[in-house]
Amino acid sequence: MLNQELLKINNLSTSFQIDEEYYAAVDDVSLTVRENEVLAIVGESGSGKSATAFSIMGLHNRGKIEGEILLQGQDLAKLSTSEMNKIRGKDMSMIFQDPLTALNPLMEIGVQIGEVLLLHNKNMSKTERRNYAIELLGRVGIPRPERTIDQFPHELSGGMRQRVIIAIAIANQPKLLIADEPTTALDVTIQAQILDLMQELKDDLNSGVILITHDLGVVAEMADRVAVMYAGQIVEESDVESIFVNPQHPYTRSLLSSIPATDYAQDRLHVIQGIVPSLKHLPRTGCRFKERIPWIDDDAHEDHPVLHEVSEDHFVRCTCYQHFYFPDENKEDQANGVTEG
Amino acid sequence: MWKFIVRRLIITLPQLLLMSLLVFFMASLMPGDAFTSQVDPSLSPEAIEEQRERLGLNDPWYQQYGRWISNVAEGDFGTSTAHYRPVTDLIWERMINTIWLSLLSVIFIYAIGIPLGIISGRWNDRLVDQIITGYTYLGFATPIFIFALVVLFFFGFTLGWFPTGGSVASGLEPGSFEYIMSKLHHLLLPALSIALIGVVGTVQYLRSEIIDTKQKDFIVTARAKGAPESRVYNRHIFRNSVLPIAAFFGYEITMLITGSVFVEQIFSYPGMGNLFIESILIRDFPVVTAVVLLFGLAAILGALLSDIILSIVDPRIRIK
Amino acid sequence: MALLKVDDLKIHFPIHGGILNRKIDEVKAVDGVSFEVREGETYGLVGESGSGKTTTGKAVMGLNNITDGDIYFEDSHLNAKKGKKIDVRNDIQMIFQDPYSSLNPRKRVIDIVAEPIRNYEKLSKDDEKKRVQELLERVGISSDSIMKYPHEFSGGQRQRIGVARAIALNPKLIIADEPVSALDVSVQAQVLNFLQDIQKEMDLTLFFIAHDLGVIKHMCDRIGIMYQGRLVEEGLTEEIFNNPQHIYTKRLVAAIPDVDPRNREKHREFRSQIKEEYQQSFYDYFNEEGLAFNLKQITDTHKVALPERG
Repeated sequence: MLNQELLKINNLSTSFQIDEEYYAAVDDVSLTVRENEVLAIVGESGSGKSATAFSIMGLHNRGKIEGEILLQGQDLAKLSTSEMNKIRGKDMSMIFQDPLTALNPLMEIGVQIGEVLLLHNKNMSKTERRNYAIELLGRVGIPRPERTIDQFPHELSGGMRQRVIIAIAIANQPKLLIADEPTTALDVTIQAQILDLMQELKDDLNSGVILITHDLGVVAEMADRVAVMYAGQIVEESDVESIFVNPQHPYTRSLLSSIPATDYAQDRLHVIQGIVPSLKHLPRTGCRFKERIPWIDDDAHEDHPVLHEVSEDHFVRCTCYQHFYFPDENKEDQANGVTEG
Repeated sequence: MWKFIVRRLIITLPQLLLMSLLVFFMASLMPGDAFTSQVDPSLSPEAIEEQRERLGLNDPWYQQYGRWISNVAEGDFGTSTAHYRPVTDLIWERMINTIWLSLLSVIFIYAIGIPLGIISGRWNDRLVDQIITGYTYLGFATPIFIFALVVLFFFGFTLGWFPTGGSVASGLEPGSFEYIMSKLHHLLLPALSIALIGVVGTVQYLRSEIIDTKQKDFIVTARAKGAPESRVYNRHIFRNSVLPIAAFFGYEITMLITGSVFVEQIFSYPGMGNLFIESILIRDFPVVTAVVLLFGLAAILGALLSDIILSIVDPRIRIK
Repeated sequence: MALLKVDDLKIHFPIHGGILNRKIDEVKAVDGVSFEVREGETYGLVGESGSGKTTTGKAVMGLNNITDGDIYFEDSHLNAKKGKKIDVRNDIQMIFQDPYSSLNPRKRVIDIVAEPIRNYEKLSKDDEKKRVQELLERVGISSDSIMKYPHEFSGGQRQRIGVARAIALNPKLIIADEPVSALDVSVQAQVLNFLQDIQKEMDLTLFFIAHDLGVIKHMCDRIGIMYQGRLVEEGLTEEIFNNPQHIYTKRLVAAIPDVDPRNREKHREFRSQIKEEYQQSFYDYFNEEGLAFNLKQITDTHKVALPERG
């Protein structure tokens, strides 16, 4: 049984101004996040994945946002800043990439956690806030919370700082948690701990999670659903198993076969030709991935690529996936997902 | 923090020693010596030589330095060759005047600089910022003595709103309300001149500090918590940007005390700077030496003060 | 044959403190590390932040003061105190982590790549230009771009320019310090493939320093695992990944995410099992100071840091 829909994004476009002209970094993106579900948005730099997250949080002060962002039915895109401020940090919150810079260096940990409590619970007393902050620090696995609360960020390790950021994010039991590359800056053993912690908290709070990452390993560990983004668009979306076991879009398949030391990779890693086009030079018509797979016939692409439902709840953009093969491929099934048996 | 401060104090000692040595050698290079005035010029060379011997002027330099520095430590800078008064007395009243001038200038600098810097940094590249930045460029380009002259001419002579010289009107009883008001009246114009030019560094520094802080990740964190813009600015951006300014307080004071030379001269304000130039013109070397020594002392103590303030306000140093 | 031999390397950094800012303690960044890098192989040094892996790499390059121990390259003693310093720096070159900051933005490509050549060889302007063009073509960058600046290239291309500079003097050993950790997955693949090609072509030995075990597994023949300045395990890649012996290695390997979501539950369970084992048996694997023991040979190729047992 599917959980209740929490966030529904309809045709979101976020554009930025470059030399008098607006360019869409997020282009017609539609997504759904359910309660107690992890939706991973995967892509490389320039794919628009972080811009999507920042648009939901309303943190782009210069971008132009079109489309609907419905959080429990309320359209965030239409809210004023002060209305957004009642929601940010309460109904939805964010975990950031770099725990070194995401905390104010001149403020005690307790004050930084206390701030998010103060902003959304006007009747909480100072002592109550402090006690609750200590409880939160304990909740995210900080060993001596009553000591940590009076410390400054520079006194903590990277993993501990990320725990503090998570404590801030969950302070008001948000419905929606957005994690932007939460483990990229961390060591691998710390990464594992943080991922486990996030999973646990999500179950406790019954929250929906949007996990923004470029790390397919993290996706495989965490996600329920996956949206793969390329050049501002979603190119493939499905449940996590389909994405890893039966990937369809050429970009998804290329990405999977370029990660080293996995079942997808051969001795030679797959290299995607060319580079991600800059925002200004994105091809705005036709298949955006076309120029990166020049050996595929032009006719294989659609003129106006749309998402096709290739099997239940599995969407792929453009028709080129039907004709795609790797240039050095001699066997049809090579790199075509995990080989069975 | 205490360790840091104690260590910083210890470093100050050799600085002071070095500075005093420099001043001592500078003084001994000046024509005549610190005791020339005590020697009667009508005496024969042999007698002078005898006098010099008696006064210890032929002793090795370190003995002379030792005598000089211990006198200085007791507040004895010798006797002015022009005024035949102890240098200490001469400097004392001037120093008080300069301290008042510097203090008022510093108050003006922060009162003008902090709001301007904050406005300019918060609305950077808007019209208001362009106007403020334009002012700071002008301020940098204008030499203080020219600006002070223009101000003096316009407000002092043409409009006659302010006195054009001195530190207090004569005939008032020290300590009375009128006396204090008159002092302030005399101070206002030179202090404003110093502040209006001296403020530009503070404005530009604060502006760039705010623009820098605005881009920091923790500002995004604050917004993501749902903090309204006013709170984001007051609690996170301004606080973090003003701290480095606070740390410059000591340097600022030093700069003002030593930088008041021109302004005091132009406004005929009886301070240390004014005394310094007068003494150079009449070759009153004991006074010049004393003033240089005090300026040096101010510089060293100012740097010390800045470091101590920084160690108190910045937890990254405080906690070590 | 060992091309590079590191013998009981110790690098301690002093901690200054107290009122007179005297040395009060030291950080043992590298604390008795020994290993060999053999000709033609790729040796990987893995560890988390603070493990001392980068410090070790820098020491081989001569960029760190060595507290104790010896480094030999071929037969020359690199950190000999007496006698003349043997200059093998043109035989050892380094590739850095961040392609965005390791190239001087104000220099043209020709000046960047020619820099080591200018230091060691006297070439005419024309010969130098020809040489740089050859090198660029070798790393797959158009030889027309010698007059361009670094910012005109993508991340992957910049890393290749860094490699062109590193191979300019035909080195024997290349130290690659996290060469792909700042790059996107697809660009990372490009650089890794390319490093393998160039290694084959030029008969290079690679000394690979990284925290990403996937990359290490893909690239290396042999691996050393570092923890707190010491090696805890060393062996062939298969041995380390399929048969880890030290609890820290086990934990590290278990922490690598599994890219098959169908194994998720199993993997998570395995990871928590290892975590428990790690906590319970910590003092079976580390001494009272929490440091690793000396390495002990368990097979011809496999060494593990285990305590002396009576």
